[in-house]
Amino acid sequence: MTQGAASIEPAGVRVAAALPVRFIGLSILALALPAIPFLFPVNSYVVNIFMQAATYGIAVLGMTIVLGYTGQINLAQAAFFGLGAYAVALGTVTLGLSFWVSLLLGIGVASLAGLVLGLTTLRLGGHYLAMITISFQQIFDLVMVNWTAVTRGPDGVPGIARPSLFGHHLADDKAYLVFCIAVLYAAIGLVWYLPRTRLGRAMQAIRENEMAAEVTGIKTLVVKVIAFILCAGLAGIGGALYAAGFAYVSPDNFSFKVSIDFLTMALLGGAQSPFGSTLGTALLILLPEWLRFLKEIYLAAYGIAVILIMVFMPEGIWGIGKTAWQKIRKPRTAKMGAVAPLDLDIPVEGQAPALHIEGIHKHFGGVSAVDGVDIAVTRGTVHALIGPNGSGKTTMLNVLNGIYKPTAGRVLVDGQDVTHDAPHVRAGHGMGRTFQNIRLFPNLSVLENVMVGAQRQHNPIGRSDAALRARAMSALAFVGMPDKAHMLAKNLPYGHQRLVEIARALAGHPKLLLLDEPAAGLNQTEKHELADLLKRLRGHGVTIFLIEHDMGLIEQVSDRISVLNFGRKIAEGAPAEVLRHPGVIAAYLGENVVAAA
Amino acid sequence: MGFLSINLQILFSGLAVGAVYSLVALGFVLIIRATNVVNFAQGDFAMLGAFAMMTMLTALSLPYWLSFLLALAAMTVFGVLFNYGVYYPLRNRSFLPVIISTLGASIFMQNTVLAIFGPQAQPLEKVFKASGFEVGGVFLDSQYLVILAVAVLAVAFQYFLFERTLLGKKLQATSQDKDMARLLGIPVAWMIAITFIYSATLGGLAGILVGPVLFVSIGMGSVIALKAFSATIIGGFGDVAGAIVGGLLLGVVENFAGAYISVAYKDAFAFLLLFLFLLIRPQGIFGEKISEKA
Repeated sequence: MTQGAASIEPAGVRVAAALPVRFIGLSILALALPAIPFLFPVNSYVVNIFMQAATYGIAVLGMTIVLGYTGQINLAQAAFFGLGAYAVALGTVTLGLSFWVSLLLGIGVASLAGLVLGLTTLRLGGHYLAMITISFQQIFDLVMVNWTAVTRGPDGVPGIARPSLFGHHLADDKAYLVFCIAVLYAAIGLVWYLPRTRLGRAMQAIRENEMAAEVTGIKTLVVKVIAFILCAGLAGIGGALYAAGFAYVSPDNFSFKVSIDFLTMALLGGAQSPFGSTLGTALLILLPEWLRFLKEIYLAAYGIAVILIMVFMPEGIWGIGKTAWQKIRKPRTAKMGAVAPLDLDIPVEGQAPALHIEGIHKHFGGVSAVDGVDIAVTRGTVHALIGPNGSGKTTMLNVLNGIYKPTAGRVLVDGQDVTHDAPHVRAGHGMGRTFQNIRLFPNLSVLENVMVGAQRQHNPIGRSDAALRARAMSALAFVGMPDKAHMLAKNLPYGHQRLVEIARALAGHPKLLLLDEPAAGLNQTEKHELADLLKRLRGHGVTIFLIEHDMGLIEQVSDRISVLNFGRKIAEGAPAEVLRHPGVIAAYLGENVVAAA
Repeated sequence: MGFLSINLQILFSGLAVGAVYSLVALGFVLIIRATNVVNFAQGDFAMLGAFAMMTMLTALSLPYWLSFLLALAAMTVFGVLFNYGVYYPLRNRSFLPVIISTLGASIFMQNTVLAIFGPQAQPLEKVFKASGFEVGGVFLDSQYLVILAVAVLAVAFQYFLFERTLLGKKLQATSQDKDMARLLGIPVAWMIAITFIYSATLGGLAGILVGPVLFVSIGMGSVIALKAFSATIIGGFGDVAGAIVGGLLLGVVENFAGAYISVAYKDAFAFLLLFLFLLIRPQGIFGEKISEKA
């Protein structure tokens, strides 16, 4: 594993090279679309279908953010869409407000609903989220139908006004359609750009592995709530445009069925791409027109189609196209300048131990996994925690980085009490971690994986994208894998995945590195390389607290060892003395062996 | 009617409707425990059961007991189809594709029934011809009594199955640790298939029982499923006792709220109760705190 200059091909360079051709193609397509109604004689029915596609498309882009990027389910998108629509309907008709004020109101109300819903349920995620969003959708329907004094009930609201733009009133259907398509394009651009930002990377990290994202320093709850707000806000915009476009809304337009449509559109086209989502929207709006011959069984066929999409094309049409494109395209290589050496220096703050574990107890029900352990880890040393299986080592590590709350005791990092901090806050204090069963973000590139590690709070490298990228490359070079930067993490062999996980932690400039069995599953050569890497890290003054079973590795790298058995510390000291301690041998091999020896 | 008897009346019908939620919720919980996913077509099992029953009774003019057995048998077969068509191809993927697949199944089931039977809600015969009898000013509807009795029997049967039979132990082992169960020679795929079959039959049973009360319609399953799922969260996600208590509680609360606050928003109260639980006690009545292993 060597450091230094390497000819590599980071993801960004390749995208930049490929961009012009695709960009020109997309631009032509994009400009041609709104021109169609003006170039060819089309009836108002066709214009209406286009208008529905454009306004739905904006809402489906919201699904791209929540479902495609963040991996959370939302079955209430039609309710958010309806909030935007009713804001414009009631705003312009009942309250006599202008379209623009009503639009802002709609975005505001929809986003607020997204915020409230997100805050109450995103902590729970998964199935809860699915069910709560359905419940919200049902409550929305009930209120729209029954609160007749305000919403006018099932009769709906007619006579919704269209806006004026730059002095032109968009009364003409074609002019209004162009306006809707322009908004759709803006939304596509926004959603396309999102994954290239810190926020977008954080969303994708949550989708890929939420616990790893939290431990790497991402405020997972905040990011998920933001994703929900953006999603609801886009639905609000789409709904507002829809209301003014069709001049009439009723509760039927925003039923649960429509929420399922939005979901299916995103899935069919490809939820992870804004282009895919838009394609899916267009197809699913045109599909009923094409499948008129199916009549009554159209919706039944639609249900089957949803299952088939999930089984046979989980990434949607866009995903299939992308995979095919990657197969036929020749891999390009681009030269990149020298990678800066990884800076791991930590400014020394006071005399407190880097990590101080004070009287930690952790009970699960009646079982004490950890039973009153004290350990002090001196700055700049490698401190190993060993013990037989089930002795409480991984529990201890989970307490240290905040996945578990201890039953009693304190955890201090550089003298600062972090016992009650969430994992991402501890990552912000400079606590890095790897997992026994590797937790990478499998569908992100190696570079992106490590960049997520670099974007923890208070990382001294700064917040710019260039700084994150440079830091990530340095970290990859440090572990000897700069040439793998563009690969998807899931395609790496096991040993390399471990190194990427370490690089991800190192990119965060850790004061303290917690490693959970880093040698597990490695072959002899890889173990030697790991030992070498750990020694180099110690040489740079990084404090390492390590769980390991491989005694050879422990003897080579550790300055001090603590031994756990049945949740209690039974020995501590320099490797030579601890590994010969009769209590330790007994713990590993049993009492009789010691007696016989 | 006196104040007490009115409230007892509301309590009684609330418990009966709640018992239906409990039955469907039991089906939810079994599938959650076996596969870690929520089956969003669970309510449509009830809808299908009710339609199957109606077909046997009215279209084929079979006697009640035979219709009942045939309808349940049909649901058993449907459980097999559902397992292999909707769950099995996605068994190695995350929960999201499975949820969406069950949603697709729900759309398919509802619209197929719609294409065959049309949108009209239709009545279903009760178990007993007698409408019921009065005790101390409270009218006890015979169908409600049957529902409560069957719910008690179903719970007893399930307890017996899981705690007293080898099959039950195998099902439990499958739900707790699939890999270990597989290593011990338990046919995990078959155990999951049995779970789906059992849930489909249980759901069908709930539909047959509640059909005479709610009328048989395409959408009857969706409403029951939402309430039943709320019940599983209120009771404690994946907890059998929780599903039963949560279902009964939900039925009673919404019946009282419907009587005293607003009939139009009766359905909304169930969801409000759910929101309250999620805010204050997300692990439910019997549940333990949820945490992921690192």
